[in-house]
Amino acid sequence: MSPPISTRLTLGEALAGWPPPALNPAGFFAGSISTLSWVLFAMAGVVLLVVFAALGLALFGPRRLQRRLGGERLIWIGGVAFPVVVLTALLVYGLSLTSRLTQEPTGDELRVRVTGEMWWWRVAYLDAAGREVVRDANEVHIPAGRPVVFEVTSADVIHSFWVPRLAGKIDMIPGRVNLIRMQADAPGAFGGQCAEYCGAAHALMGLVVVAHEPADFDSWLASRRAPPPPPVDLLALQGAQVFGASGCGACHAVAGTAANGLAGPDLTRVGARRSLGAGILPNNRGTLAGWVANSQEIKPGNRMPNYSVLSGPELVSLSAYLESLK
Amino acid sequence: MPGASAARGQALIGEVGCASCHAIPGVKWPKGRVGPSLKGFADAGLIAGRFPNEPAALALWVRNAQALAPGSGMPPMPLTEPEARDVAAYLYTLDAR
Repeated sequence: MSPPISTRLTLGEALAGWPPPALNPAGFFAGSISTLSWVLFAMAGVVLLVVFAALGLALFGPRRLQRRLGGERLIWIGGVAFPVVVLTALLVYGLSLTSRLTQEPTGDELRVRVTGEMWWWRVAYLDAAGREVVRDANEVHIPAGRPVVFEVTSADVIHSFWVPRLAGKIDMIPGRVNLIRMQADAPGAFGGQCAEYCGAAHALMGLVVVAHEPADFDSWLASRRAPPPPPVDLLALQGAQVFGASGCGACHAVAGTAANGLAGPDLTRVGARRSLGAGILPNNRGTLAGWVANSQEIKPGNRMPNYSVLSGPELVSLSAYLESLK
Repeated sequence: MPGASAARGQALIGEVGCASCHAIPGVKWPKGRVGPSLKGFADAGLIAGRFPNEPAALALWVRNAQALAPGSGMPPMPLTEPEARDVAAYLYTLDAR
């Protein structure tokens, strides 16, 4: 008899921060964007009020004011000079406020490369020289209180990387690397979403950014540099055999094993992820089995075929193996 | 089922993701097809075609199907015993209509 071994996060924890509140910044860079949004909104509101007041006066005001509103002088002041001054000032203000978001890395920030794929996120933590030291997918861990540079690109079509509480949107463009900085002021989990329509499963392309205390983050990253120990549980060992025999390693990598495929998400620590299927399902043995057997029903059009060839016991052991990869 | 809450059960079904394998009335997405649809489950005669459909068996089944039927494709689910009873209580609200 095998006892239930999964530990469970609540769905709220697994898919933390969903739906992401766009006007509730949790760090400096998102704060700049939020401030800019409110300033633009306020300015637009003021201009709208002035225009409506002028319209009201032009229609119903006293004759003397109507004549003045119809003059050429007002067109030059209100229609040309005012917009040029105000829009230029707003542009300068906006650019100065947001310029730090996309600055080149200074060298002592953490660098994370995120590559948009149809329809998931390939994640790599880089060292100072830009080499990949840890690979993961669909979940990004960062230290709280420190700026982190995200180098984003795409492997196929244009995606957009958006974690609303931590930063603005930035396009992920094939053949180009865009930079964006994020910072979480305090530990927590922050939901993200692809924000550029990228095909059938676009709406099901989410991710989670988890911010840790800096010391916890450093030890987490260090622990990730080595592959996880092989499973000891008999069922998980059987699952590892199913994984190998079914050819899962042609598309998925598990560090420390023969599985080194690069087409799909890295599964080295898939059991440690909070969610499954790119931020859409809770992650446990049940959902892992459901995903492997019939992911097309859950996320139609995704690149993983249904593995309906697996028997019940194979599916159960495979899900135990995947869950053991922590 | 005394002491069990169908409403809590429905929320738990969402939290653990039962619907990745089963179409379940009351869950909009996903509608998995690895296991059987649970529509009308309250009136089903047997669980998994093998065990009498009664509360104690169902509560054990949803939590640890492998304990009842090694060889089933349903993995153990991360539910406590009281939670499993809540899930069972929800399944017993699913009539055939």
